[in-house]
Amino acid sequence: MTSSMLLDLAPLVADPTGLDSGDTAWLLAASALVLLMAPGLALFYGGMVRSKSVLNMMMMTFGSLAVISIVWVLVGYSIAFGDDLGLGLVGNPTQYAGLSQLMSEDSNGDSAVPLILFAVFQGLFCVITGALVSGAIADRARFGSWMVFVSIWTLVVYAPIAHWIFDFSAGDHVGGWMANNLEVIDFAGGTAVEITSGASGLALALVLGRRIGFGKDPMRPHNLTLVMLGAGLLWFGWFGFNAGSALGANQTAAVVFTTTLLAGAAGALGWLGVERLRDGHATSLGAASGLVSGLVAITPSCASVSPVGAIVMGAVAGVFCALAVGLKYRFGYDDSLDVVGVHLVGGLIGTFGIGLLATAAAPTGVDGLFYGGGVDQLGRQLLGGGAVFVYAFVVSGIIGLVVDKAMGFRIDEEHELSGIDLVIHAETAYDLHATAGARSGSGVLGGSAASREEER
Amino acid sequence: MKLVTAVIKPHKWEDVREALETFGVTGMTVSEVSGYGRQKGHTEVYRGAEYDIALVPKIRIEIVVDDDDAADIVGIVVKTAQTGRIGDGKVWVSPIETVIRVRTGDRDEAAL
Repeated sequence: MTSSMLLDLAPLVADPTGLDSGDTAWLLAASALVLLMAPGLALFYGGMVRSKSVLNMMMMTFGSLAVISIVWVLVGYSIAFGDDLGLGLVGNPTQYAGLSQLMSEDSNGDSAVPLILFAVFQGLFCVITGALVSGAIADRARFGSWMVFVSIWTLVVYAPIAHWIFDFSAGDHVGGWMANNLEVIDFAGGTAVEITSGASGLALALVLGRRIGFGKDPMRPHNLTLVMLGAGLLWFGWFGFNAGSALGANQTAAVVFTTTLLAGAAGALGWLGVERLRDGHATSLGAASGLVSGLVAITPSCASVSPVGAIVMGAVAGVFCALAVGLKYRFGYDDSLDVVGVHLVGGLIGTFGIGLLATAAAPTGVDGLFYGGGVDQLGRQLLGGGAVFVYAFVVSGIIGLVVDKAMGFRIDEEHELSGIDLVIHAETAYDLHATAGARSGSGVLGGSAASREEER
Repeated sequence: MKLVTAVIKPHKWEDVREALETFGVTGMTVSEVSGYGRQKGHTEVYRGAEYDIALVPKIRIEIVVDDDDAADIVGIVVKTAQTGRIGDGKVWVSPIETVIRVRTGDRDEAAL
């Protein structure tokens, strides 16, 4: 290293704006981990649908990643984290539009991490939340309509809720009502991410209606190895999601890392226990679903409970989510991949559970009911979680109905039966026929496909 | 000439092939098929939801043989594929009118 380079680095060491290189490095890495949850979710969901619709399932996640990232930077971040326009409901949508205001180091104020990095980190939360919703409408949604829905949803549903719950007042910046007035504890998104995705998914499942043959035809997962791999990647990414929400490389991040590990583990055991007792077998889909349930529940509570509290939280979520996924058959709504059963129920357990299991020894420093804190925090959690559910459900339903009216949300019956991948994306995921080779595209009729390829 | 068709359990396929080869059978057509008989299908459970899977995977073997060999070959398949449990499969024999070897144009017995 030359001496001139050393001189160049000198200002970074004694940064006048207060940036911390360790904190910034961790948040950069954590943001990349959160991005990895998108392909993780695509595998998790993709393996659970039938082989004729796996590409569409994955494309709804990758489509969300593409469109939400852009919508978030253009306007979404400002609605969520701009100065409040009054009543703590919504931020100023033009304040950081396009994020160009956050390019200079001066824009960081006394933050230890660059605000533009914080903006992108939060944007990836929105990506995951939007992608989660798509699990409720597997096999039957038009891709263009989905992209329009999720763009509007980002601005009208997610960004305001993120403002309520994640935007803390500081200095002359005024934030959202839940974070500052109601003082709901939601460290990494039990309300904003999990309850929102579950409520929005439920609304969309009702707007689109049941798949043909729901509850009658076997709709088996077509590839459980993809589901297992996806669940593992989600867990890995979740460390960025939760421990990254500490916004620094510090003790809080380390505690959160620990509770995140334990809740996922306990969630898997809880779900498997229910299956073993009820059905006689511990299934791989149960293990994958259970660990995700535990992670969902620890998302809001990861900085509020002890390691043992995290085990309890995860196990309770694993057990209750395993029981809750059967509700759709009883009530007749086709939440295809159990966004409600896993994310809404798990999110409610985690959000309400803080009111019971929180301990003042944890980073958030509040005692829940079981630690002698009374019902005060529980009341705040119930009100916060309930409000997010109602808002996300109602507004997502309205957006869904408008999109359905304007452009049609559901594919034709004939195409749904033959498979959405072929009609919407002009592709099939797997070509496993022995006859498929250089001379033929896919099976018996491959010859005509080959000739059309030559014409291009 | 006769067509011997056997539908057997997949895990018995290697045993049956070896036994037939030992007897002197030089070729056969094998396919992975699914179906059900008296045993019906089975049940699978995904996230607590039980699915009745009607079709059970099987192996179908087709061999064209001399009239004289048909009974022996049926005997070998039945003996080798038998486990004594439900779902062992079926073997049946049907008459064949003509056989032609595509490479040479040989007909009937010469084509076997």
